[in-house]
Amino acid sequence: MKLHEYQSKFLFREYGIPIPEGKVAATADEVYQIALETGGAVVVKAQVHVGGRGKAGGVKVARSAAEAKLYAEQILGMDIKGLKVEKVLVDPGADIQKEIYLAVTNDRSAGKPLIMTSMEGGMDIEELNRQRPEAIIREHIDPLMGLQNYQMTYIASAMGLPRGLWRQFGRILRGLYQCYRQSDAELAEINPLAITAADDLLAVDGKVIIDDNALYRQPGLAEDRDASHEPASERQAREAGITYIKLDGQIGCMVNGAGLAMTTMDMTRLYGEANGIGPANFLDIGGGATPQQVTVALRIILSDANVKCVLLNIFGGITRCDEVAKGILTAYNEVRPNVPMVIRLQGTNAAAGNQIINDADIPNIISAETLTEAAQRAVAAVKEQA
Amino acid sequence: MAILIDKDSKVLVQGITGRQGGFHARLMMEYGTDVVGGVTPGKGGEWFEGKPVFDTMRKAVETTNADVSLVTVPARFAPDAIIEAADAGIQLIIGLTEHIPVADMMKVVSFCARRGARLIGPNCPGVITPGQAKVGIIPAMVAIPGNVGVVSKSGTLTYEVGFAMKNKGIGISTMVGIGGDPVIGTTFVEVLEMFENDPETEKVALLGEIGGSAEIAAADYIKNSMTKPVAAFIAGRSAPPGKRMGHAGAIVDGGEGSAEEKIQALAAAGARVAANPEEIPDLLS
Repeated sequence: MKLHEYQSKFLFREYGIPIPEGKVAATADEVYQIALETGGAVVVKAQVHVGGRGKAGGVKVARSAAEAKLYAEQILGMDIKGLKVEKVLVDPGADIQKEIYLAVTNDRSAGKPLIMTSMEGGMDIEELNRQRPEAIIREHIDPLMGLQNYQMTYIASAMGLPRGLWRQFGRILRGLYQCYRQSDAELAEINPLAITAADDLLAVDGKVIIDDNALYRQPGLAEDRDASHEPASERQAREAGITYIKLDGQIGCMVNGAGLAMTTMDMTRLYGEANGIGPANFLDIGGGATPQQVTVALRIILSDANVKCVLLNIFGGITRCDEVAKGILTAYNEVRPNVPMVIRLQGTNAAAGNQIINDADIPNIISAETLTEAAQRAVAAVKEQA
Repeated sequence: MAILIDKDSKVLVQGITGRQGGFHARLMMEYGTDVVGGVTPGKGGEWFEGKPVFDTMRKAVETTNADVSLVTVPARFAPDAIIEAADAGIQLIIGLTEHIPVADMMKVVSFCARRGARLIGPNCPGVITPGQAKVGIIPAMVAIPGNVGVVSKSGTLTYEVGFAMKNKGIGISTMVGIGGDPVIGTTFVEVLEMFENDPETEKVALLGEIGGSAEIAAADYIKNSMTKPVAAFIAGRSAPPGKRMGHAGAIVDGGEGSAEEKIQALAAAGARVAANPEEIPDLLS
């Protein structure tokens, strides 16, 4: 779960990390008031879960409250990469001399937390990593021991931070590591960590991503979820325990298991690509494939107007295909899809399952034995409608 | 001999009195796995299908001399259960549980390494050595005994490939599901190394997916150290970047971990890479 910049920075503040004392606003009048109280220059920053908002015009420096209001009117409601700006952060302007990058993240291949830092902050870390990987200092943390003092000294000296800033930097690094650990973050990033004209360090921008699997023990952070940009179909699926991601093809896929679901998508692309045909979605129905789940999944898939065919691919391991077949017929009768459905049941009791589907004798249902056959038949069904 | 488990493995099931734990313990026993007991805190002294249930792993290991443990408990309790197994001296721990926070797994993996315990998973279907034993939820019907080692991040995709192999009469030495989470106990490279050293494995099938760099490391190992032929499939070619595809690990970040780069690396290492997993049996013959 991504936190907004303001949520991330307010969280940092709880760990003693200095941030600009800004406020959040949803209207231009609020922005005007905040700017008036702040006095002097302010920065009006769009709060959206997408990178590159500065380039898109979502971040503006205003010299007066009136100017701040003007910018807020432009930014609020603005569309940035398909996301509408609902809120802005109004931060007091800072006199930035230099920009540092500092982050703690999970290094999945090492299985350890990783601290990354660089004196060349400000720019995107992926971009910096491409251009000057040697400018990034990397230090792994032992997950059982935690961050050690000598590691802070090592990092500060290796990155070439002026000695006068080591104490401040050490406090911020310790705070950021605590924040990462206690919030179950996948990423806690300050970019930039500014060196100001007064030789202070200030976390000017922040980004935190929380591990969804840990939200059960992070009730405070779970409330920070901004689901306003989550498509309704993805939300419905999440609430039903189904993983659904909308894509832009024509074949609606319903599969049990994430790896097989991706593979099924790949097969529709493999056989359909030459004709511009591909998957309309990723959908993992989970283990059981009960009639209720198949019904919900079918409704979600069909809520996408691009879908010209549904491809249902179930490998029954522990799940028995005859049970799944009965579930499919129940769901079919309830939803009555107006597009053809290719059904492929394989594994435990597959013959009995296919018999049930065939006996139902529904003209709109096409059965298939192998995954290859199923994908090819779904592609053919879409082509017929073209 | 196969790898990891065989008919002599003595298996404990952590969470044996739970719905999932009990269901799969029964299927494992039906398959011929030597399940010597189980652990559920608070239920010590009870019996499950004629096998003793213990309160603690320490007591269970002392009494049964088990060397393998299957963890079926929910995500909130699974990290503790895995650590308990390693602390009790279990050599091979197989974790089925999904949705364990990454922060917990980093600690668990470190602890297991320090105790010299091998962890498979979590969020994996387990291990089967056909005709001898299975530990986990891999259905018996997807694998017949043979000489192909299978290693995979996925569950049902693995069954799919095992089943396609069976239909062509190709058998399996051991099938290992390593799990699709970002931080796991045992990597592709470690399992490939076991297969390379296993006299009963002649060829290997590797099933990977988008996200992370484990398949790239596998390609390096295949290129530099493997003498046995490898067939591979990578799922997620049609997945858009930045989206999480069900498995917590299946996400393409900033151009890293894409299907294309993995396919190219494996092909360059000499593996035969299938565009369609149903071609795997042909690539193995």
